[in-house]
Amino acid sequence: MTTPVLSVSNLTTSFLTEGVWRPVVRNVSFDVAPRETVAIVGESGSGKSVTALSIMRLVPEMNGKVEGKVVLAGTELTSLPEHRMKKIRGNEVAMIFQEPMTSLNPVLTIGFQIAEALIGHQGMSRREAEAETIRLLEKVRIPAAKSRFNEYPHRFSGGMRQRVMIAMALACKPKLLIADEPTTALDVTIQAQILDLIKVLQDEEGMSVLFITHDMGVVAEIADRTIVMFNGEQVEKGQTEDIFARPQHPYTRALLSAVPRLGSMEGHKRPMRFPVVDTKTGLSDVPTEVPDTVAAAERPVLEVSNLTTRFDIRSGLFSSVTGRVHAVENVSFSLLAGETLAVVGESGCGKSTTGRSILRLVEPNSGSVVVDGQDVIGMDQNALREARKRMQIIFQDPFASLNPRINVGQAIAEPLMAHRMCSAAEGRERVADLLRRVGLQPDMAVRYPHEFSGGQRQRICIARALSVGPKLIVADEAVSALDVSIKAQVINLMLDLQVSLRLAYLFISHDIAVVERVAHRVAVMYLGEIVEIGPREAVFGNPQHPYTRKLMSAVPIPDPARRGTKRGISNDEIRSPVRAPDYVPPVRQYREVSPGHMVQIWGPEWEEKAPAIVRAA
Amino acid sequence: MTAYIIRRLFATIPVMVVVALFVFLLLHLTPGDPAAIIAGDDATPVEIEGVRRRLGLDRPIWEQFGIYAWGLLQGDLGTSIFSNLPVTTLVAQRLEPTVVLALSTLLVAVICAIPLGVVAAWKARTFIDRIVMGFSVLGFAVPVFLVGYVLIYIFSIELRWLPVQGYRPLAQGIDQTFRSVVLPAVALGTTYMALIARITRASMLEVLSEDYIRTAHAKGVTTKSVLLRHALKNAAVPIVTVIGLGMAALISGVVITETVFNIPGLGRLTVDAILKRDYPIIQGLIIIFAGTKVLINLMIDISYTFFDPRIRY
Repeated sequence: MTTPVLSVSNLTTSFLTEGVWRPVVRNVSFDVAPRETVAIVGESGSGKSVTALSIMRLVPEMNGKVEGKVVLAGTELTSLPEHRMKKIRGNEVAMIFQEPMTSLNPVLTIGFQIAEALIGHQGMSRREAEAETIRLLEKVRIPAAKSRFNEYPHRFSGGMRQRVMIAMALACKPKLLIADEPTTALDVTIQAQILDLIKVLQDEEGMSVLFITHDMGVVAEIADRTIVMFNGEQVEKGQTEDIFARPQHPYTRALLSAVPRLGSMEGHKRPMRFPVVDTKTGLSDVPTEVPDTVAAAERPVLEVSNLTTRFDIRSGLFSSVTGRVHAVENVSFSLLAGETLAVVGESGCGKSTTGRSILRLVEPNSGSVVVDGQDVIGMDQNALREARKRMQIIFQDPFASLNPRINVGQAIAEPLMAHRMCSAAEGRERVADLLRRVGLQPDMAVRYPHEFSGGQRQRICIARALSVGPKLIVADEAVSALDVSIKAQVINLMLDLQVSLRLAYLFISHDIAVVERVAHRVAVMYLGEIVEIGPREAVFGNPQHPYTRKLMSAVPIPDPARRGTKRGISNDEIRSPVRAPDYVPPVRQYREVSPGHMVQIWGPEWEEKAPAIVRAA
Repeated sequence: MTAYIIRRLFATIPVMVVVALFVFLLLHLTPGDPAAIIAGDDATPVEIEGVRRRLGLDRPIWEQFGIYAWGLLQGDLGTSIFSNLPVTTLVAQRLEPTVVLALSTLLVAVICAIPLGVVAAWKARTFIDRIVMGFSVLGFAVPVFLVGYVLIYIFSIELRWLPVQGYRPLAQGIDQTFRSVVLPAVALGTTYMALIARITRASMLEVLSEDYIRTAHAKGVTTKSVLLRHALKNAAVPIVTVIGLGMAALISGVVITETVFNIPGLGRLTVDAILKRDYPIIQGLIIIFAGTKVLINLMIDISYTFFDPRIRY
């Protein structure tokens, strides 16, 4: 074997908390060979990011210490003086991060931020650095690179910012690129572009890549070898194919079984629970299809017709309307008791605004929303309060949606108290019952949100939503922020609750593999409109609209054997729903493909979109 | 951007109208007959009538305000009762010392405070940080006049390096002006220095924990560049806000400092006018101070767009 670019042995990183050194990474050892891609995979708290930061020696010196050996191309890094380490960072080993929105400095131009490394490490003049920066921007396929040199990061979309980060990382031709969850915050079509870009550039530059992720789909797509981390330790490492085909460690098996795979639901009509695997023994139960909960004979719980929500953009001297966000445009659907309708789409497609418009958390411009036989849109404040007993919402971020100063018992009881539905004593009773329902203990009611994990908090949010006995629950990306195994548990809980309470879910999500697992029906949204809607089997089995197809082909499949064929790198950005103030949306027509499966008839804008393959100059 | 500036300029008009109205009513809201107040304690009823007619106080009140506002628009702030000189002339005579003192105070405060704040944030929770912050608590707590007298005692009386009191105008040479203004500026600047240093530290600490600072470190950027180029510009908006608020508060500080150091500026003019109940001067000064404050706020708002390109109105 050739000498590795990076060789890590017995890496242990500890943090000083309350006067005690607590190791968060223990005895991690691995090599990265030239041109090889190694993935470190694990859930939050597994120590995967800290491992990356330890290699870069970016662990805070005040309260962190790194032990063990990190050898980069013959140089031992852990004992290197800081001033020499500065010459290595960004030069021989570069790093890109998860959050493209916050990882670029908002007050410096992107040109400056890239050129800075060139001037600092390579001793280039300003002019040389500028020319090289423009070449790099072209290399990462940023259109009109030259004219964007002097622009600030806020003018770029998330995907474009991540390209800028990559250009910055590649500036000094590093031997090793560490990518810490580089695509996690991106939309799936953009994720596919960035993964392709990293692969192509890796070939061109001959770098090694250390890829840190929680997403088994991404691992299968990109990694030659994989290291699985759990609780600060590496529990398994090997060829990616072997790990997927023959996982040895119980935790790896648990992790893999919790990963939703797009296409795995063929032949199943109803949603299916995720298998529950014991992380110690590796034993798994057999996942079952849920019983039929859909009340097909009754009037739908939710009927939405021609819902339209727009936001004005004002600017100029007299704050006149200069544009309009067509967030939700003429959306119609219905939802039965016991049914799950998933709304999928990418950022800015209007899926969240649809959910919020239904609850009138934002005011729609027109249309009607009938919940349990009553039109919500025309209601006054009192009637609306009353109506909200029947419809509740769960948000994405379980950390931000619970008030840190209110204990969870009070938080869960609050909707009951607000609606004067019971006395304080009955309230306590109900809280205990609800906590049991969502798989927590009644005595947890006196604790505060910070004492709970993300998954537990989301359970608390579910309990709070259930307290008033709603018929409809809008789950706005309710499981998106959770780790895979926790996500599987929360989804199982939601499916169980649907069976016992006949809840109707409007399941808003960007995660298509999860949607396939939980939904009875699916609506695909694009630029505020539903482009395709129908039974889950029909939409996923026989996608019609070009956008649905594009979306589905971009989802990484957690199976190295089915590693995606090269799609060709496209630069397509997600289009913006901002239009001129006088824009009149076209009248759309739908075509019925099979019973209940409706597809918007699309215009020529979709026809010309043969995937353009852009090659590096 | 231009549209924003124009809109903000227009927005200052109602503010100034309200100030003018308030200042105008000041005279009428004080207990007693304005004509009698202006004519003085031992004026005869005939003299009071004369004052009333001369100043137009016998006309309807809205007409009086109209005349007053029209005068303001033409730069007429009225005439001093005692010296019979136009208020604008009196202000012009006293303007230079105050402007020089205010600007040097600000300069001293900003030049010292920002580096102190940056260093304190960089070395947060260390010995250095504690010293800087301890000093800033002291700066808050000690009143201006005390600092002033202590400085006079040390540098003027004991060491004899600097003049005890007084002001030398710029016309006599900038070095003379500098010598006369350095102690008052330091005395007055201590509080602002403390304030700006604290806010710089807090703002920098917040910025230093941002993702893009980690990115800069990962790029191998030098510590100096991380602090000054990547962090400070991001931390600037709250700092500039506080500097601006400080400038407004400076006006009250100037009154005390000018008294301690015997500087013939606007602060002294204000004190004298109040003691003598020279209403036109008081009114004129309020208009000038309010106008300055409005202007400073406008400049701060515009400066935000320079520090943070995301701010577009």
